[in-house]
Amino acid sequence: MQSFSYHKPGTVTDAASLLAARDNAALLAGGMTLLPTMKQRLAAPDDIIDLAAIRELSGITMEGEDLVIGAMTRHADVAGSDLVKEVLPALAGLASRIGDQQVRHRGTIGGSISNNDPAADYPAAILALNATIVTSQRAIAADDFFVGLFETALRPGEIVTAIRFPRAKRAAYAKFPNPASRYAIAGVFVAQTGGAVRVAVTGAAPFVFRATDVEAALSANYAVEALERLSIDTQDLMSDIHADREYRGHLVMVMARRAVAESLKRSG
Amino acid sequence: MSEVIGIGASPKRKEDARFVRGRGTYVADIKRPDMLVGAFLRSPHAHAYLKSVDVSDALAAPGVVAVYTGEDLKKDNVGGLPVGWGISGKDGNPMKEPPHPPIAVGKVRYVGDAVAFVVAETTDQAEAAAELIRVDYDVLPAVVGVVDALRAGAPAVYDDIEDNLCCDWDLGDAAAVEAAFREAAHVASVELVNNRLIGNPLEPRAAIGEYNFATGQYTLWTTSQFPHVVRLLMGEFVLHIPQHKLRVVAPDVGGGFGVKQFHYAEEAIVTWAAGKLGRPVKWVARRSEGFISDAHGRDHVTEAELAVDENGKFLAMRVKTLANMGAYLSTFGPNIPTNLYAPLLSGVYRIPAIYCEVKCVFTNTVPVDAYRGAGRPEATFVVERLVDLAAREMGIDKIDIRRRNMIPKEAYPYQTPVIVEYDSGDPMGCLDRAEELADVAGFEARRAEAAARGKFRGLGVSTYVEACGLAPSRLAIGLGARSGLYESATVRVHPSGAVTVLIGTHNHGQGHETTFAQIVSQQLGVPFQDIDIVFGDTDRVQHGLGTYGSRSLVVGGAALSRAGDKVILKGRKIAAHQLEASVDDIIFENGEFSVAGTDRKKTFKEIAGSAYVPGNYPLETLEPGLEEQAYYDPINFTYPGGAHFAEIEIDPDTGIVTLERYTAVDDVGTIINPMIVEGQLHGGIVQGIGQALFEHGVYDQSSGQLLSGSFMDYCMPRADNMPQIVLEPHSTPCAHTPMGVKGCGECGTIGSPAAVMSAVVDALKPLGVSHVDMPATPNHIWNIIRNSRAQIAAE
Repeated sequence: MQSFSYHKPGTVTDAASLLAARDNAALLAGGMTLLPTMKQRLAAPDDIIDLAAIRELSGITMEGEDLVIGAMTRHADVAGSDLVKEVLPALAGLASRIGDQQVRHRGTIGGSISNNDPAADYPAAILALNATIVTSQRAIAADDFFVGLFETALRPGEIVTAIRFPRAKRAAYAKFPNPASRYAIAGVFVAQTGGAVRVAVTGAAPFVFRATDVEAALSANYAVEALERLSIDTQDLMSDIHADREYRGHLVMVMARRAVAESLKRSG
Repeated sequence: MSEVIGIGASPKRKEDARFVRGRGTYVADIKRPDMLVGAFLRSPHAHAYLKSVDVSDALAAPGVVAVYTGEDLKKDNVGGLPVGWGISGKDGNPMKEPPHPPIAVGKVRYVGDAVAFVVAETTDQAEAAAELIRVDYDVLPAVVGVVDALRAGAPAVYDDIEDNLCCDWDLGDAAAVEAAFREAAHVASVELVNNRLIGNPLEPRAAIGEYNFATGQYTLWTTSQFPHVVRLLMGEFVLHIPQHKLRVVAPDVGGGFGVKQFHYAEEAIVTWAAGKLGRPVKWVARRSEGFISDAHGRDHVTEAELAVDENGKFLAMRVKTLANMGAYLSTFGPNIPTNLYAPLLSGVYRIPAIYCEVKCVFTNTVPVDAYRGAGRPEATFVVERLVDLAAREMGIDKIDIRRRNMIPKEAYPYQTPVIVEYDSGDPMGCLDRAEELADVAGFEARRAEAAARGKFRGLGVSTYVEACGLAPSRLAIGLGARSGLYESATVRVHPSGAVTVLIGTHNHGQGHETTFAQIVSQQLGVPFQDIDIVFGDTDRVQHGLGTYGSRSLVVGGAALSRAGDKVILKGRKIAAHQLEASVDDIIFENGEFSVAGTDRKKTFKEIAGSAYVPGNYPLETLEPGLEEQAYYDPINFTYPGGAHFAEIEIDPDTGIVTLERYTAVDDVGTIINPMIVEGQLHGGIVQGIGQALFEHGVYDQSSGQLLSGSFMDYCMPRADNMPQIVLEPHSTPCAHTPMGVKGCGECGTIGSPAAVMSAVVDALKPLGVSHVDMPATPNHIWNIIRNSRAQIAAE
């Protein structure tokens, strides 16, 4: 690891001005990706801006009908929150299955989505639930936020502060983990909000995407049977030593059916 | 706990008191005064000429003290890494044994091959400087698989070695096998791959070299399973340091599994650099560095056939194996797929004729060597797959066909047609009991219940035998070993009666400090807590060959027991003098020396004390002191064996295999500490399950890059993958070891892959599947299911 200057601002404003004033700075949230890449000398920021002391970034609250989760909220806190379990149990369930105990107690929702790893879990929930990403500068719709492999709509100097989730009538997440890394090979989040059905897939492609054919089928008939004969186009899916393209495509449909079945057992 | 704790007890492990409190001392924990640290620049290419290595920028970088290349070592007369066991081919010619320079000279031959070593004040400085080395590579095509490497026109790993062939070796009677196959009612055949494994002990490798100008002595601290052998190999062959001027210390070592039983380049390089620089030099592998520099295991491609008569009796076996050596020969590389493989092909069966051909092949991959089981899991997998196939093709129950062919208990000792003679065993007894414990009778009901849930359930069986307790020197040297394979132990009795044992085996997780103390406690009647076991330091321990091949208890324990016998004999002489009786009348029982038929006696502690206060000794006939040493060379291998049952379920939607039940009945001979044996069996079984279901060292076929180069892609078995393992011992004592012990370290790894894959194939039987290669990963199984269903639909 190369040496760096360490900063620990107490407010988002201070963090943003530190970030703006430096050329090669990195924000440290949970550090679950940044620190390993620094140790491997793949990342070498000159400045680390640690967000841990910014109290306004952590916490889970209701604002009107929306569930709002601060960007620095740890996965374990989402998983264990009575409020999340009541309002969006599928989200609490997703958080409880991210990584392992250590990761869940360090990793944060804001860090996860800002990094936008192709196999991260949260992006599927955020996209399927049509959440809004609140930053130091603006609010971004989920559909506009995830734009590529490890790429988001965040501008230089912009800091994610919270995620705003609308309630769902039904929702569930099913994932097939990579046996080695336990990241998602295919993770499918299904959400029914009012009349609309949104289905987001993580792990299978270079970044999270909406399975529009699956959404259409479920919008017409929200039932496992609606997906029985459906398959997804595998053209743009990833292929590696754990899962070839065809298998990934197949798993997406298996996980979609399992998520629908799960969502029908409960609401939200 | 001031008491004797002897054979058969399960005290908690002595060593755990320090390990569970974080008080172990591993090489990475050691800091020497004025110590420097080193980092390697390793080849990113699988195969390339080194046109130039320019280290000038690295040398000028902050904190850098030296940068060494292969040419620097060569100029200083540093030798290549030696091979400890040579083999000869069918034609009688010795194997091809190309030079193995510690740092590459002229050419790099695998991704990870060392190109330069940077020594600096800190790790960060060394790693940063390594990035400044400018290497001009002339990249060549690479070959990573054995089949490809033997093809005409394949890239040549060595310019002067034809067909990448290290050795074309064979064992057995080819003519007898041909004749038997002509008479066969049925021939079962299989083509299979034994997947490449990467050992990944918990503690990565590390080494510290130091030179003392005052004494001229070098010291190497290293993560090794056999420090005395490193002293021999590195001292004599690589650095030309006389053995009395070289101390090798292997302190606490966090797991080995074979990965740490080789002499590695890094050990020689830090020792040599310390001599050059006059300061200690340390290197600690990163995990990712371990993936591309620790020797790998297995990696065979095999065609095998079994000839069977009309009654399901085995007549003969024919095996052709291609074994991957990697880019260089590791310490025991060529021995593993030959001498530790073919002699086990008889399994627990009467097979009158066996012929095995093995081609050892060079490729552009990390060198391949022993990994827990080393040759014997590969042999067991071949035998058991063939037996399953023969049963299925002939319509015989797979357990029944095993019974029909097993060597009955009364037929021991049993001479196989492939060198080894089994001294003892009862495979039928193991199988009978395992069948009961596994509730084989209830399996079909469980299969039907699973089918109702949409799952395929399968039951698998394997029976195995292994040769361990390496090794009778006479036999091993006859087969090409370049060293003896005995073991030594010293029992030092202190004036207090406490005992220090100095032993040449090495404890890196096996619980030797406990097991060996139990042996001494029982033999000498000394309280368990008053016995210390010392190992891992060539300046403290007289000699030794280390720990591998399930040899520590079998060979080391025997040396210890012999040394204990000598202590008792000496104690009897002292007691005879003290009690004014004849030595022949002194008996030693329950920690007391007494005159037979009288109540005159001395405790062990009294005798120990008096040995060091020889005020009235007849010094002409009785020396002071109570310390004895023994060297033990076994007369045969030992042959642990057993029967394992695995029960699995497959989810056809995802292809995922879940292990539902696992039952093992093993014959490890006399058991010293049942808890430790259970732990060894659990660990071994899980490691074998790892090979069957999860672990796979995968190279990109064209670039030669290791695709499974981290835990993100190399899947280790985990606790949540495992069922409760049901174990029961079924021991027949070894006929030739002093305590009847056979060894247990590798049993699990040898028995379990075949049992699990037997279950996987059984589960897929309704789809017509007859063989599945390891590892049975979800994608692999899903593809098989999909293809089989498509084939059924087409028919």
